[in-house]
Amino acid sequence: MTKKAHVQATVNGQPVEFLCEPRQSLLEVLRDELRLTGTKEGCNNGNCGACNVLLDGRLVNSCCVLGVEVEGCQITTIEGIASPQGLHPLQQKFLEHAALQCGICTPGFIVAAKALLDRHPRPTEYQVRHWLAGNLCRCTGYDKIIRAVLDAAGVAASG
Amino acid sequence: MEPFDYAAPKTLNEAIALLVERGDRARVLAGGTDIIVQVREGRRHADLLVDIKRIPEVNILHYDPREGLRLGAAVPCYRIYEDADIARLYPGLIDAVSLIGGIQIQSRASVGGNLCNASPAADTVPALIVHEARCVVMGPAGQRLVPVEEFCVAPGRTVLGRGELLVELRLPPPRPHFGAHYLRFIPRNEMDIAVVGVGAAVALDERRERCVQARIGLAAVAPTPLLVPEAAAALMDGPLTESHFDRAAALAQAAARPISDLRGDAAFRRHLVGVLTKRALRTALQRARET
Ligand SMILES: Cc1cc2nc3c(=O)[nH]c(=O)nc-3n(C[C@H](O)[C@H](O)[C@H](O)COP(=O)(O)OP(=O)(O)OC[C@H]3O[C@@H](n4cnc5c(N)ncnc54)[C@H](O)[C@@H]3O)c2cc1C
Ligand code: FES
Ligand code: FES
Repeated sequence: MTKKAHVQATVNGQPVEFLCEPRQSLLEVLRDELRLTGTKEGCNNGNCGACNVLLDGRLVNSCCVLGVEVEGCQITTIEGIASPQGLHPLQQKFLEHAALQCGICTPGFIVAAKALLDRHPRPTEYQVRHWLAGNLCRCTGYDKIIRAVLDAAGVAASG
Repeated sequence: MEPFDYAAPKTLNEAIALLVERGDRARVLAGGTDIIVQVREGRRHADLLVDIKRIPEVNILHYDPREGLRLGAAVPCYRIYEDADIARLYPGLIDAVSLIGGIQIQSRASVGGNLCNASPAADTVPALIVHEARCVVMGPAGQRLVPVEEFCVAPGRTVLGRGELLVELRLPPPRPHFGAHYLRFIPRNEMDIAVVGVGAAVALDERRERCVQARIGLAAVAPTPLLVPEAAAALMDGPLTESHFDRAAALAQAAARPISDLRGDAAFRRHLVGVLTKRALRTALQRARET
């Protein structure tokens, strides 16, 4: 076994320190070392988006980032999306539109949609579908997810 | 995943020293979207990953009207397409970096990694070919320049020798009245590997009628991405018409040496080369007329 590295980062606004092996992904570190199990593992190869987090404000697949790479970085996970006052509008709209069934994909979709709205506060339906193309859902058929995101942005869905 | 060591050197010399010492048991880590998955799935082996992202030279993204574009090997896709000047000047490159993976992949994936991974289907390589990119390679013996069309030598293999790494790509300033386009065929709209990819670039004369220079590059139709000079040469006589595009497309089809696999058989791929070459040329021409 290789030597464990000591890493310092900021997760959801809180400074954290952890020890990890170089082979551990950021996803494994979040779930197994920091016990932030809201971030999910789907494919573990970059295709499904279930593991999405924000790394220095950019949307990434945490299964394709090594824990040792995040030294000094800011990370936002699904646990950091709601505020003490309550759910984030995206979370609220996912509930209202029933944009989830089993829920495995949901944290990834919410984090990805948050990254979208941070950049494009009033996206078109095309932009939403394009931006969420890296997130897979086996249950909903996507339409309710798209509607929830558009509603959270205050944009009416077309059709 | 197999255990490995990790190093994040801050200088090129330190990175080269590590790569020399560990030889082919060491791999460079840029955005990690290929290498992390490959090591996890046992498709590549590494005792050491050398993270180059803390080295200033591989993060350069700078355009100069005389020297052209300096594109650091580890610059992620989004930095390229979010730069409005670069997007205007290198449209073929922008097409390619905007269609790699999804937003999540584009946050991390680099053009240098796409090239060094040496997949025959790598989307940025035909685009780099038509923009006449040269690769700045550094190693224990110093620096050398390699034309991008010579960089990949076999699936998964490049010209890089022991201790060498790609530092940056240099794209010359676009010629006057220049346009370029890259497109690919995939069965869905996003998130897939090219069945065939085609890049085309044309530079026109003052009156924007005759082609004075052209490049055509192909992906996923041979063991490495291809430059097809004979197809470009077919565009040179007289004012450009659709029949020039037909001839160029036929020559591109003749140069392709596709295999049959689950993404498509050889005959289908050859058909696609013809269709996509014409489409790529039409858009490149339209863009050249707009400049
Ligand atoms: C879900 C998903 C979708 C994808 N979609 C596409 C797609 O549409 N089109 C496409 O072409 N690719 C696609 N890819 C593949 C991958 O994202 C790209 O090839 C990407 O550009 C690789 O860049 P990277 O910075 O992540 O490379 P890394 O994974 O860091 O490195 C790739 C390889 O190059 C070597 N390397 C990297 N930089 C250097 C250097 N400077 N010097 C020497 N060697 C180096 C590494 O050792 C490794 O072998 C996809 C991957 C995933 C997971
Ligand atoms: S688990 Fe990371 S993309 Fe699927
Ligand atoms: S709700 Fe089950 S995968 Fe999306």
